[in-house]
Amino acid sequence: MEYLLETQDVVKQYASHLALDKVSVQVPEGKIFGLLGPNGAGKTTLIRIINRITAPDSGEVFFDGHPSRPEDIYQIGYLPEERGLYKKMKVGEQAIYLAQLKGLSYKEARQRLQYWFEKFDIMPWWNKKLEELSKGMQQKVQFVITVIHAPKLLILDEPFSGFDPVNADRLKQEILELKEKGHTIIFSTHNMASVEEICDHIALINHSHVVLKGSVHEVRNQFKTHRYHIRIQTPDGNIPPLDGPLCSELSRVQDDGHIYNICIKKRPEASNSDLLRELCGRGEILSFSEEVPSMHDIFIQVVSNNPTNAE
Amino acid sequence: MSKIGLIIKREYVQRVSKKSFLLLTFLTPVLFAALVFVPLWLSSIKGDEVKKIAVLDSVGKYAPLLQNTEEIEFVSADGDMESYRNDPDKEIYAFLSITGDLLQNPKAAVLYSQKQIPMSIKDKVASQLNEMLRDEKLASFNIPNLKNIIEESKVSCDLQTIKWEEDGSANTTSAEVASIAGFVLTFLIYMFIMIYGAMVMQGVMEEKTNRIMEVMVSSVRPFDLMMGKIIGIGMVGLTQVFLWAILTTVLLMGAMFLLGGDPAQTADMVAASQMNPAALPAGVGNPTALKLQEILNSIQITQLSINFVLYFIGGYLMYASLFAAIGSAVDQQEDSSQFMSPMMILMVFALYAGIYSVENPDGPLAFWCSLIPLTSPIVMMVRLPFDIPVWENLLSLVLLFGTAIACVWVSGKIYRVGILMYGKKPGVMEILRWINYKG
Repeated sequence: MEYLLETQDVVKQYASHLALDKVSVQVPEGKIFGLLGPNGAGKTTLIRIINRITAPDSGEVFFDGHPSRPEDIYQIGYLPEERGLYKKMKVGEQAIYLAQLKGLSYKEARQRLQYWFEKFDIMPWWNKKLEELSKGMQQKVQFVITVIHAPKLLILDEPFSGFDPVNADRLKQEILELKEKGHTIIFSTHNMASVEEICDHIALINHSHVVLKGSVHEVRNQFKTHRYHIRIQTPDGNIPPLDGPLCSELSRVQDDGHIYNICIKKRPEASNSDLLRELCGRGEILSFSEEVPSMHDIFIQVVSNNPTNAE
Repeated sequence: MSKIGLIIKREYVQRVSKKSFLLLTFLTPVLFAALVFVPLWLSSIKGDEVKKIAVLDSVGKYAPLLQNTEEIEFVSADGDMESYRNDPDKEIYAFLSITGDLLQNPKAAVLYSQKQIPMSIKDKVASQLNEMLRDEKLASFNIPNLKNIIEESKVSCDLQTIKWEEDGSANTTSAEVASIAGFVLTFLIYMFIMIYGAMVMQGVMEEKTNRIMEVMVSSVRPFDLMMGKIIGIGMVGLTQVFLWAILTTVLLMGAMFLLGGDPAQTADMVAASQMNPAALPAGVGNPTALKLQEILNSIQITQLSINFVLYFIGGYLMYASLFAAIGSAVDQQEDSSQFMSPMMILMVFALYAGIYSVENPDGPLAFWCSLIPLTSPIVMMVRLPFDIPVWENLLSLVLLFGTAIACVWVSGKIYRVGILMYGKKPGVMEILRWINYKG
């Protein structure tokens, strides 16, 4: 797999605490990469290192195959969690200024800004001062400023905060569209539902270490509990315990009449087909589903199972 | 355009196009000129009313000698003081009562009035009386022509001060003019460093509290960001100085014209005298124009202007970069005062050192404070009009710019770390540790 961005054993020490300890992550090109972790885990520090705002104490960052260089920042768009622009400056003027700082010419910046403002239907804001806009409007402007120079790598830190559901959905479509166009996106959030929805890969940082990484699919499989929920009906309403060589029963609840909701734990070596074949003889199977942990559950499980090693 | 160029441009354009800047820039010279000329003009307006003073001279020898002037008409009193006091028409402005021989009793003359007597009226009456008394006294000596002898003995000396130049020529100098020029320049440079330095700090804090800093430093190096801001704002300051200089010159010329001088001729003469003082044609122009020419000549405008700009740049760079470092380290206005106070104390000290140096521009206080970089931009302004040795000027400039560069370097290190630090207010020791942080 092609990695657009790779960090190798990045260490960053602040006066009193270790912010990052040998952090290695790989961000595949053209994918959405979720950077997860509790508050204070070191995500922002890692993002700043990728952005070349600060330098790592040791370790290396590779961008597009080469060790990170100063001019790489032209290929990165960064939407920080704490949003901020010049309040007294006009929106259009400000966006062009910031785009010029990202290496665009005045003319090009102007053209692209027109494209985005028309796309978001916010042309009337061009000559307004930023402080005249509502918070949601400011967020939109800032998103446009982040993507205007069409960077290879987009770093979005909590992009949905401050948006109403309609605009949040709009933004999600934009992000997916950018991915379609080949942009790579690092997406940092605490909202695990949105991670499941849009991320391809994740890395979870806890207490300055990467504790979990891989594709969302892999990660969820890794946390499989092998629990299955079965809804089964028998004519006589009598089902002996499902313990056997394939599985063991954990709990059962009897619904009205002859329907049971049974939770079982499958033995890892057994296959689903064998299990189903076995169950078929017991009665009519109304539903059969595997309990796959949500990212939310995984996050909580991993973070709470990782006792602090700092204190 | 390079990034630092873009930043300078934004800082400059945003500030110069502000209404407050335009107002301040164009109104200040007008206000200043008004402050000087309006009182002059007002005082030159004379009251057109002639004030009548009734004179009751019980001695009889004074009243006939009082002479009417443009403002005062003396009339002999017909009646006693009480009748004037109760006079409903108030035609008589004041009542002069002379009750005895003034040579024997100087307090025998009293001026009564309903209203407070203005200084000018009192002085005029008193001077007429004094004149009379002096003549009377002189006459009492019985020496023929004594009055003429005394008049002739009144000679005065117009002491000129001339300074020997290195090249052998001699230059007329004026200590008063040099002092005033020194004062004005000192205040000007103090004000500018203070105002524009504080503006840098405000700007940095604005970027930090607005949280735009993080976006900015993901595009530009923090050092470029800091220098762009310092240079941009410094250029705003220079623009203001430059515009003030032009406007003041124009207003001065206008005022000269109104006062009867010939501005074109004056300007020519000033230009000529700047190039070659010796070639000045004597006795050309009216006295006012000549006086102005003399003033301008004695303070060496070109040399002063160049020095002013150089010291402004050096002093501003030094202080503004320190202000930028302070702005980067705090995230609330209130927290900045702890770091601001020492800077303010330094600058106010420099200002006072400057003011006291006027008395003795070559004394030890003036000498050392004009070499020490933290005070030199302000104190040197006082000394420059007095023509200091070239080596002192150069040494002071070299020290100033060396320190300014060091301040910029250290501030850049602090700034780089400070702008990303939020939350707890850092202590001085912590800030100093930032200097050694790895970028």
